[in-house]
Amino acid sequence: MTIKEKQDEVIDDFSFMGNWEDKYEYIIQLGKDLPLIPEQFKTDDNLIKGCQSRVWLHTELKDGKLIFTADSDAVITKGLVSLMISVLSGHTPKEIADAEIFFIDAIGLSSHLSPTRSNGLLSMLKQMKLYSVAYQAKINQQ
Amino acid sequence: MEHIANIGTTALDVAAVRKDFPILQQQVHGKTLVYLDNGATTQKPKVVIDTIERYYETYNSNVHRGVHHLSQVATDAYEKARQTVAGYINAPNANQVIFTKGTTDGINLVANAMSRRFLKKGDSVIISAMEHHSNIVPWQMACEDSGATLKVIPINDKGELLMDAYEAMLDDTVKIVAVTYVSNTMGTINPVEDIITLAHARNIPVLIDAAQAIQHLTIDVQALQPDFLVFSGHKIYAPTGIGVLYGTSEWLNKLPPYQGGGDMIKTVTFEKTIYNELPYKFEAGTPNIAGAIGLGAAIEYLQQTGIPAIQQWEEELTAYAVDQLRQIDGLRFIGDAAHRSGAISFLVHNIHPFDMGELLDQQGIAVRTGHHCTEPLMDRFQIPGTVRASLTFYNTMEEIDKLVAGVKRASKMLL
Repeated sequence: MTIKEKQDEVIDDFSFMGNWEDKYEYIIQLGKDLPLIPEQFKTDDNLIKGCQSRVWLHTELKDGKLIFTADSDAVITKGLVSLMISVLSGHTPKEIADAEIFFIDAIGLSSHLSPTRSNGLLSMLKQMKLYSVAYQAKINQQ
Repeated sequence: MEHIANIGTTALDVAAVRKDFPILQQQVHGKTLVYLDNGATTQKPKVVIDTIERYYETYNSNVHRGVHHLSQVATDAYEKARQTVAGYINAPNANQVIFTKGTTDGINLVANAMSRRFLKKGDSVIISAMEHHSNIVPWQMACEDSGATLKVIPINDKGELLMDAYEAMLDDTVKIVAVTYVSNTMGTINPVEDIITLAHARNIPVLIDAAQAIQHLTIDVQALQPDFLVFSGHKIYAPTGIGVLYGTSEWLNKLPPYQGGGDMIKTVTFEKTIYNELPYKFEAGTPNIAGAIGLGAAIEYLQQTGIPAIQQWEEELTAYAVDQLRQIDGLRFIGDAAHRSGAISFLVHNIHPFDMGELLDQQGIAVRTGHHCTEPLMDRFQIPGTVRASLTFYNTMEEIDKLVAGVKRASKMLL
């Protein structure tokens, strides 16, 4: 599936949720289910500083594709991080760098990507994009 | 200065009061707004909004400058606002009321002027462990510039100052004590009378940060005798961008000016400038005229509504909220002082404050989450932040019930 198709799927999943509680319960569940990243990766280098919730992001290049793993101390942020990972992880750096992220807006959580929200999600997305650009540059050099 | 008598001593009619605040009538996420973030900023009554509108529509003009009619009307209104503030805090003279941008600006003014004239290597400045960053960073900068040392009064687990430790810290090196009257995070009311008395016994001046006190407690500067007292207009139902620095004549005359510019001068030549007298010496540039007039209107509104009734209602609300929240399973207060006002900080089980705040917001309940600009205090309690509900007189018991129900519902979803 392309990044766009994955986003469409997430939007589709959310379209069946009638009220805010269903939506948040789903996100909270995603947060709880997100595999923990190994403690050795929860370093200051991997820490994306948002104002309120902290997010750790670890990136690896495997067979030309970027694999993201992440964690957060706030479970709602973690759920959103999980969604972001499910959309972007496993794609090539170029695909990620070029991707337009529209699903957060479409599922009615656009406030989470506002710069004033400072919950780490926007910073994480920026960081993912930054990594993909950096890996792409590295690949181009080879 | 005339201390305006408070009109109305009967119980507060909260339903009527709420109609004075247009913003409270709105819906958030389809629910009636429950605004419990008054510690961050308070809402504005219609009379304040109308006063500002009337200023811009009918007499907007620069103050202290023009010979023309509008300038005189604006100057009169601006100076009347100063008189209103002076009366509200019982300042001996209105020229001891300096209009600033807010609490932060007032503290920076004093800290900057102190560091340039009264602090040197070997001196020290005392603050407390519960200060807002606004009452930490300006003093750190002052200490950095002057070589003085910053000392911190510790607190106990309930969030109360350790007064014995404070007393022991007062020695001849201390050049100023700067403490908050009411903690913005925990709501603790500090024993500022004792803090001032102890410092004055050693001729040490005291700055009181009244940002979270001015809207909840009666402040009489002649009784309390702080050397400086600062607050923000926006926390007392007035606009943002206006604040007050009160100071004793002795100290305000002794301190050098903070910023140079228009209005703060008597004469300027390239060789020498003669500074203006108080309060203008500290009001460089065109001031926030609309803000000052709005602040005057806000204080008059409180006086007309009845300050004793407001305070009594706020005490009842706080007591009820603390009592109801305490019964929630797994809830612990961050700060549980015997004397408290305004802010109530808490955590539930190991739920991240951000998650709680998010789910309360979805229920139309506005609280603040995070470190509340008191990071050292969060470190003291080893927590990332708190959920803070901060109450004021337009809040109701029903809103407290909604908060309690909201916290329970969010906890159930998150645990």
